[in-house]
Amino acid sequence: MNLLEIILGKLSIDALPHESVTLGAGIGMTLGLLGLIGFVTYKKRWTWLWKEWFTSLDPKKIGTMYLIVGGLMMLRGFADVIMMRLQQALAVGDSTGLFPADTFQQVFSAHGTIMIFFVAMGLMFGIINLVIPLQIGARDVAFPFLNSVSFWLFVAGMVLINMPMVLGEFSAAGWLAYPPLSELEFSPGVGVDYWIWCLQIAGIGSLLSGVNFLVTIIKMRAPGMRLMKMPIFSWSVLVTMVMVIFAFPILTVTLTLLYLDRTMGMHFFTADGGGNMMMYVNLIWAWGHPEVYILVLPAFGIFSEVVATFSRKRLFGYVSMVWALFAIAFFSFIVWLHHFFTMGAGAGVNAFFGIMTMIIGIPTGVKIFNWLFTMFRGRIAFTSPMIWFMGFVFLFTLGGMTGVMLAVPGIDYQVHNSLFLVAHFHTMIISGVVFGFFAGITYWFPKIFGFTLHDGWGKIAAWLWSVGFVLAFGPLFVLGLMGATRRLNHYDESTGWQTLFIVAGVGAAIIGLGVLAQLIQIFVSVKARHARRDTTGDPWNGRTLEWSTVSPAPHYNYAVIPTVSERDPFWEAKQRPSAAAKHPLYTDFTMPKNTGVGVIIGALSIAVGFGAVWHIWWLAIAATLAIIITLIIRLSDDETEYTITAAEIEQLEIQHSHKEHHA
Amino acid sequence: MSTTVATINDKTNLGFWVYLMTDCILFGSLFATYIVLHKNTFGGPAGGELFDMPAILVETLILLTSSFTCGLGMLAIRRQKRSQALFWFGFTFALGVAFLVMELSEFNALIAEGNSWQRSGFLSAFYTLVGTHGLHITIGLLWMLVMGWQLLRKGFKDSVIRRFSLLSMFWHFLDIIWIFIFTFVYLMGDLQL
Repeated sequence: MNLLEIILGKLSIDALPHESVTLGAGIGMTLGLLGLIGFVTYKKRWTWLWKEWFTSLDPKKIGTMYLIVGGLMMLRGFADVIMMRLQQALAVGDSTGLFPADTFQQVFSAHGTIMIFFVAMGLMFGIINLVIPLQIGARDVAFPFLNSVSFWLFVAGMVLINMPMVLGEFSAAGWLAYPPLSELEFSPGVGVDYWIWCLQIAGIGSLLSGVNFLVTIIKMRAPGMRLMKMPIFSWSVLVTMVMVIFAFPILTVTLTLLYLDRTMGMHFFTADGGGNMMMYVNLIWAWGHPEVYILVLPAFGIFSEVVATFSRKRLFGYVSMVWALFAIAFFSFIVWLHHFFTMGAGAGVNAFFGIMTMIIGIPTGVKIFNWLFTMFRGRIAFTSPMIWFMGFVFLFTLGGMTGVMLAVPGIDYQVHNSLFLVAHFHTMIISGVVFGFFAGITYWFPKIFGFTLHDGWGKIAAWLWSVGFVLAFGPLFVLGLMGATRRLNHYDESTGWQTLFIVAGVGAAIIGLGVLAQLIQIFVSVKARHARRDTTGDPWNGRTLEWSTVSPAPHYNYAVIPTVSERDPFWEAKQRPSAAAKHPLYTDFTMPKNTGVGVIIGALSIAVGFGAVWHIWWLAIAATLAIIITLIIRLSDDETEYTITAAEIEQLEIQHSHKEHHA
Repeated sequence: MSTTVATINDKTNLGFWVYLMTDCILFGSLFATYIVLHKNTFGGPAGGELFDMPAILVETLILLTSSFTCGLGMLAIRRQKRSQALFWFGFTFALGVAFLVMELSEFNALIAEGNSWQRSGFLSAFYTLVGTHGLHITIGLLWMLVMGWQLLRKGFKDSVIRRFSLLSMFWHFLDIIWIFIFTFVYLMGDLQL
């Protein structure tokens, strides 16, 4: 091994992109990044960014940063969608479409990975950060520094997954990288290693967040908020975090084993040497199936809050909602095998997993009916979060029924690996997860930013998304039944599929208009932010604690920690307004100091991942040591908090109410 | 103890317990992998032919003793006796190092005989499971060094006592994992189960 190889590992000039589409995307991304850096420098905003945002331990700021990163990644993932839809609409017969097969494979692998890990997970943890401390009446999370580390690990993963556009290539082995295809023998490039490390780093961040929010909800609820008096969104997050804790270590192990196979020549999943590739599929789905419920349960929680608030009614069947969450969480861990009925585990095994899968429909059905009964005879305000909800109920129920179909092993043998499956899980994830998060962002936006989002544009977006969705995925259901497999980069003219693929493309374009409507919504709302100010702190006539503090919520959330005696505490308090007039009794409390250590750990993790991907071992080892030293220094520090005295808090509160009066 | 210290301890202890549970699942996945692969010797040697059982027993006894001395160290911490605490944790550290040295020499001997992790699926799973435990022990040893330094510099601050109790939880946890490794990997391997 010569010196250059020791210094640069597998990295060489060949790593730069030479294929036109990747090259264009890479140049575009680099220019965009340079433009952004230039803009911030020109505006002299670096110190502000560093002090107010990057080093902040305020969960509301961390949550906002999660939403921004998640939103940007959604645009990236959507760019992949446009490429896939164009390819499949054009690549018929003699035409090979826009991309060579290898690029197309990288595009769909990146699309799935980005949408699940960096969009859905990002938006989920964003909303959890924004809402949970406020909703349970806490000032912060249990471990504020850990929260910042989680976020920066997420960012590090995000950087690594975008790096292949300028250096090397991405995985072409699909979003879950099944072996033996993902083994060194069949994927000798760095693509799969990029996939492994971006997920490993972001996944550890998610696991740490899981621990953090579980402890936050268990230990930091306002006095009097017993578990069964907790808002249902907090319940959904509690259950979700338990699932994160159970599921994510399996992902960590699985990715590590695959990496050991690829770099150390081990034989966990290889075709030879006594490996067992089906073990990978079992392990990845033992994480992967709970993962989709990890994404959807918080969305269920959001819908529960939204529907109760905008129907002006208590949530119907609170206790059954909680038990449904538990049931879904439990069953989600014993259905993983339905992802590979065709493995040939035998009729008995398949029947068990098929039945378990169908049983999940029951608690989910309980939730659907509870939402509908909450609306029943309510005074419903059809705001944009409610439009998202209506789209969700319709599409999710439809998608759920196709899920029950797929749960029958006999049917699954016919349609597995087809576009029918692709259409099914997109129905669940887009209408369940994505619509839920959009509703949640619209709903809690004023609490964080102090002004409401434009409702009209929100409704337009919700309609465009829903209609576009039906057009984009309806044809895929049909195509799947006609025999079109997933991940096709080319098909024969005699199949007669092209028309349906074109319709699906039109649907994607309509969803694109929906995204555009959302960008306009944000632009219009920010422009009119003074007129749209939420001066009451309670723009929707809300029910839970977060609406009892001012908007935007101060960094300490509550000057006085509220005491709770019933469900929907704020709603009940509003029914007897006499109690509110008392002069509040302020006490001293501590808040965490800002710290840049999270950013440093994130940056070093990029170096670890980069070194591991390109086999630049000195870099990976040095960065790992640097992380250890940084952690030792930080964790030995006892001066990480500062005290806000009662006098200061009174001053701050007076300033707040002053602002309210002037607005 | 003031109320703030109590709440911090409360949160941190629960948080650390939950972390240990995630680690438990991590090891659980590795155990499952090992059990699936342990017959996949690909023509190479099986566990029973490789393990030097007397050495493994010594290793096990060293680690169990280190848990005991770690407990004695914690008693000294609770009674705020610094030199005693340093002695017992120093003892624990030495035992941990001895364990690690024995484990590495076992690995070395196996590799020298041509039975590295590349030999078979079984050996891949063996090195990864046992090695992950060894990696945890290394982290525990490093943590012990840092805590010794903190005790010398800061004395019995609330934060130092809290960190010591987390460290002892971690160390006992590794002991429990080792019991499972001893049973499932070595004993059952030796019995060719």
